[in-house]
Amino acid sequence: MDSGGIAAGAEDVVSFFRECGERGEVALPVVRTGSYGYAFADPLVEVKNAAADPPVLYGLVDKAVAARIVEEHIGQGRLINDHIVASRIRGLALDGPTTAILVKDTSQEDGDKTKFLQASILDELKNRDYGDRIQVVRALDMGIYQEGVVVQLLPSCVTYTNVLSRDIARIVDGCGPSGAVLNDLLHSRPDTQVRIVLRNCGKMDPESLNAAIAHGGYEGLVRAFTDGKPEAVIETIQASGLRGRGGAGFPTGLKWKLTRASEADHRFVICNADEGDPGAFMDRSILEGDPHAVLEGLILAAYAIGADKGFFYIRAEYPLAVKRVELALTQAREHGLLGRDILGSGWNFDAEVRLGAGAFVCGEETALIASIEGRRGSPEPRPPYPSVSGLWGKPTCINNVETLAAVPWIVAHGADAYARYGTGESKGTKVFAVTGKVRNSQLVEVPMGTPVREIIYDICGGMQDNLDLKGVQTGGPSGGIIPESRLDTPVAYESLQALGSIMGSGGMLAMNENDCMVDVVSFYLKFCVDESCGKCAPCRIGGYQMLQLLLKIGRGRGSLEDLEQIERICKTMQCASLCGLGQTAPNPVLSTLRFFKEEYLAYIEGGASYARKRKRALSEGKSLKEAG
Amino acid sequence: MQTATKSPLEDLDTEMRAEIRHCLDKWKEKDGNLIMILHEIQNRHGYVPRGASLFLAQETGVAVARIYEVLTFYHYFRLVPPGKHNLTVCNGTACYLKGSGRVLGELERRLGISEGKTTSDRLFHLETVRCIGYCAMAPAMVVDGKAMGKLTTDDVASVVEKIRKREEGESNGQSRN
Ligand SMILES: Cc1cc2nc3c(=O)[nH]c(=O)nc-3n(C[C@H](O)[C@H](O)[C@H](O)COP(=O)(O)O)c2cc1C
Ligand code: SF4
Ligand code: FES
Repeated sequence: MDSGGIAAGAEDVVSFFRECGERGEVALPVVRTGSYGYAFADPLVEVKNAAADPPVLYGLVDKAVAARIVEEHIGQGRLINDHIVASRIRGLALDGPTTAILVKDTSQEDGDKTKFLQASILDELKNRDYGDRIQVVRALDMGIYQEGVVVQLLPSCVTYTNVLSRDIARIVDGCGPSGAVLNDLLHSRPDTQVRIVLRNCGKMDPESLNAAIAHGGYEGLVRAFTDGKPEAVIETIQASGLRGRGGAGFPTGLKWKLTRASEADHRFVICNADEGDPGAFMDRSILEGDPHAVLEGLILAAYAIGADKGFFYIRAEYPLAVKRVELALTQAREHGLLGRDILGSGWNFDAEVRLGAGAFVCGEETALIASIEGRRGSPEPRPPYPSVSGLWGKPTCINNVETLAAVPWIVAHGADAYARYGTGESKGTKVFAVTGKVRNSQLVEVPMGTPVREIIYDICGGMQDNLDLKGVQTGGPSGGIIPESRLDTPVAYESLQALGSIMGSGGMLAMNENDCMVDVVSFYLKFCVDESCGKCAPCRIGGYQMLQLLLKIGRGRGSLEDLEQIERICKTMQCASLCGLGQTAPNPVLSTLRFFKEEYLAYIEGGASYARKRKRALSEGKSLKEAG
Repeated sequence: MQTATKSPLEDLDTEMRAEIRHCLDKWKEKDGNLIMILHEIQNRHGYVPRGASLFLAQETGVAVARIYEVLTFYHYFRLVPPGKHNLTVCNGTACYLKGSGRVLGELERRLGISEGKTTSDRLFHLETVRCIGYCAMAPAMVVDGKAMGKLTTDDVASVVEKIRKREEGESNGQSRN
């Protein structure tokens, strides 16, 4: 459970299980974990009855479902309908008798078909006298979409797609002792997702150091110490091709090298956990799900650059992340992973938490430094870069949460293991928080180079309510919008930039045919205007004036000259703003002017009556046509 | 200039003074502690009272203007006490796209206040926040620390009315005693 899960009622469910445990109704240990990423099904509960049984993941668990889990699943070994989130493992062989069959109709018009298939399979099983040995259960989600009825056999996880009534007999045949896999129905494509950063999220208790260690935590650190010099860590990270996940994508190894090269008596490392993109929650989920991984990354960064002090700069709006990081720090200190002479290496390092206070611009490096120093967060001109003169004038290395979480894995498994994933310029994996009008909003981690289309359709189940996708926004207020026609673009720094968007920190927002680009762009720009620190004129005045023009267009009072003026302001802001906020604020505007100009023109040509109609449609969540 | 009213500093009770001194002790070894101290004060009181800032300035020698510079720069800090019930509507991108505007509009109409304001009876405080990590259940809001998702305008109306009813019940109960 993470904050999302808690918001969805996970606390109640945990205390319910605990109470059952105290009353002796449940003999299993109850463990809290971070989020596995399936936000659409929060809160989630994984049940592992006996060592030999495969774990079963239940979604949308409230108290009533929890009670059924205790009584039916734990008590009688019966699986519960409509709540199971099926395993993403795609089994290829039947290694033993089947004990349960999951069914789910994965086409959008999901109605009685699932129930019908369930009943048919049950009948067929009864005919063969398998009825009491094999359960047939309706699943909540299969991780496969638009593939008709999907059936998964447990425990083998052999998965069949597009199953028709006439296939049932064959499937049931295969459940017998000498059953064979039906190759024509088999879904053998492995899951697109690769979990490196999210390796432990949702799988262990994030508040336990022992759990972290049992899941490979601090192996990287031990490795770094035994392999020798800090420079070796830098070399590994450089060879892995890891680039910053906070937005700018600067090569991490190079940043460390530069910081190490700056002569100084003290150096600092900072974990940037200010996650400013409104509507993105990757960093929070990582901090809440596996805080020790991020801490280990920070310690490794500090060791590599020769820092003696580190900070976690976390948004105050993330109290659970703050709590779990503070706990991780205390545990690490108690076990000699922080403090003096870490693990007998003779090297000293400690870290502490500093809170942000609700200013987006504080995610920018120099503003973040000002904020840790206790001042208002105004950016400073660079150079000097923080790697030369940062916190209190000392060389400082700032890295994003996700960047740091990848570091221990790379050090433990080697640069090649990481660089195996990805494209030429973008190595490894990237976590995205997919939200908006998709069917299943969730956290995904995919190798760089995965097409956006695959993320939206294959992993997140496509669009909600069968509406058409219009565009996908990446990079939040600093990013752009990828139109449907470019959906096969692979996610990588270079390809997204070529489209006028950015990778950003990992927010990915899907918009459907009813959404209005002018409206969304005004929303993003308003955000930037609100968050502008006001230090430099291009951003402070340019942003404000551009917003006025956009709003004017949105009222149906705009002209073609206004569009030209907007483009001019965009150019000025890009060139002349002091920090990244002002430089990138025009991105959503420019990208929509490039791909969705007709929507601006519709407002200009349609005038006030069109604008009113559009507004009504938007406020009712309807299409322009439906709103009349 | 003569003022009839006492300065907020004189109003500050000894308990708060002790609290702030304690906080200063805890943080005095650390550089750049001002924001963390302000966080602690707000955590305790729900806002940063003017008296607390003045006292902090007096104790640390930091100019009041500098404390206020920080307080007003960061959205998180409040200078006025919150209401008895706090409604925080998420206005992050995912929620915006899914109709947080409708939710906020309904609340503003029902409470007769705009975002960032408290009702005159101090019963409700309405504000917006950017993403509470509940995007999958957008549009979302937090009511007195408890999150709710997939909101409709009917849902929020009933939340407000329920709180109102409960409060009326309580005050009636009290007046009968
Ligand atoms: C306005 C603005 C906001 C930013 N917000 C964040 C943020 O919330 N989190 C983050 O990690 N980086 C953010 N960045 C990027 C950081 O300045 C910096 O590039 C990053 O933390 C470096 O870490 P990385 O190399 O690991 O990506 C922001 C940059 C700008 C200009
Ligand atoms: S670009 Fe905007 S946020 Fe950045 S320094 Fe200038 S005014 Fe401040
Ligand atoms: S955008 Fe509202 S919860 Fe994330």
